Amino acid sequence: MTDGHDSAYDGLLEHHTVTDDSQWAFGTDFEDPLAGVDTTIPDGVDARTLGAYCLMLGDDALVYSHRLSQWTSNAPDLEEDIALANIALDLLGQARLLLARAAAADPDLVPVLPVGSPVPPEDALAFFRDESAFRNVRFVEPGNGDFAVTVARLLVFSTHRLALLQRLATSSDSVLSAIAAKGVKEVTYHRDYAARWFLTLAHGTEESRRRLLAAMVLVWPLYDELFRTHPVERTVAEQGVGVDPATTADEVHVVLEQVFSVSGIDRPDVPPTGPVSGGTGRDGRHTEDMGRLLAELQVVARAHPRGLW
Amino acid sequence: MVSPTDARAVASRVTDPEMPMLTLEDLGVLRDVEVEGDVVTVTITPTYSGCPAMATMRDDLVHTLRDHGYADVRVRVSLQPAWSSDWITERGRRALVDHGVSAPGAAPGHVGPVALTLTPTRRTVHCPRCGSGGAELTSEFGPTACTAIYRCPACLEPFEHVKEI
Repeated sequence: MTDGHDSAYDGLLEHHTVTDDSQWAFGTDFEDPLAGVDTTIPDGVDARTLGAYCLMLGDDALVYSHRLSQWTSNAPDLEEDIALANIALDLLGQARLLLARAAAADPDLVPVLPVGSPVPPEDALAFFRDESAFRNVRFVEPGNGDFAVTVARLLVFSTHRLALLQRLATSSDSVLSAIAAKGVKEVTYHRDYAARWFLTLAHGTEESRRRLLAAMVLVWPLYDELFRTHPVERTVAEQGVGVDPATTADEVHVVLEQVFSVSGIDRPDVPPTGPVSGGTGRDGRHTEDMGRLLAELQVVARAHPRGLW
Repeated sequence: MVSPTDARAVASRVTDPEMPMLTLEDLGVLRDVEVEGDVVTVTITPTYSGCPAMATMRDDLVHTLRDHGYADVRVRVSLQPAWSSDWITERGRRALVDHGVSAPGAAPGHVGPVALTLTPTRRTVHCPRCGSGGAELTSEFGPTACTAIYRCPACLEPFEHVKEI
């Protein structure tokens, strides 16, 4: 073979004659993930509101991706290890595009870094924002718990996200609609994966069923927050560019009911977690787990903000 | 000396970094090559949102075209329509099987809400090594985002199957 690589590792050994190949050490790419994509704001859409909305959906994906990636090398078996890592990777890709879209819509969202910083805008958003600037729902923050907790949370999250992305695929913003249409294909198999495991654990052994029931009690208090409409979400829905999450509640309920009824498991009777100082995740008010999660996610990049390799 | 046909021919020989038996054209990632003056603009569509090979694909396209004398190469991303395994060419499918990877069937089409599937995905998969049918699904998630793992009951070999998406 004269062109390209015989293996993925050959590329590492090549000496390119062109310019300086060094790149931001913590990124996954050397260029804008939206290179050449038309990021013009559609008529009748407020750019700052669109940016704030993209941040919400991007942060949901980023924080949950990081949480799921903590299973890597810790899952019950190799197949589940790879499955959860794959799901985390899909969500990371969605997060990257959504954060890049947020930065393009409203550059003021992006933390200011020293002149000459190699950090691209989407990475600045991921690594250099403080906890109160994150806009993800609290649902994605708690620790993974055991495999049953992870399965229960993934089932609810992916059912919610799939309903949302399906509606978002008709957004008047062509970038958001493209990210959503792609995401639908991916989250479809995330949901199937979680639903099959839910059923397996429910009808597995006494122990697996006991753990699944305990998991539902842990996961459920933050369920309602998924469908609470934030003012930003109301505005983007009115402008035809985003989705009011309350409109997905019935569909999510029906899909989950399919899984719960074949599993013989009822929704737990537990009170929802209330707002903190009048706000929830979408307002930047997070759970205690969030600070530790962000510390792990951000510490190396923050210690080496000019890191190149 | 710089002609669109040449640039397309050069770009179409660049291979996928994770499945080097496939060119980016065979994979359906390479969507368009345009030449305007001295500028070559290559359009690619990512396979999966988080595909970590995208950077390498872009890098390989730029460097290969530069090595062939095209100084100004720009790579643009096209997100819509989303990539589908249906875009893998016939030649690409043969190359996959020749290298022990099972090629995808037709991608599912969606109309209305996506239905939940509680049973394992059913596919007609033949072992790319011995040709036997009845391969058993080991895992829907393989070493790359785009493959599932199967095992052949006849020759007992495990193999990857490119998923329908």
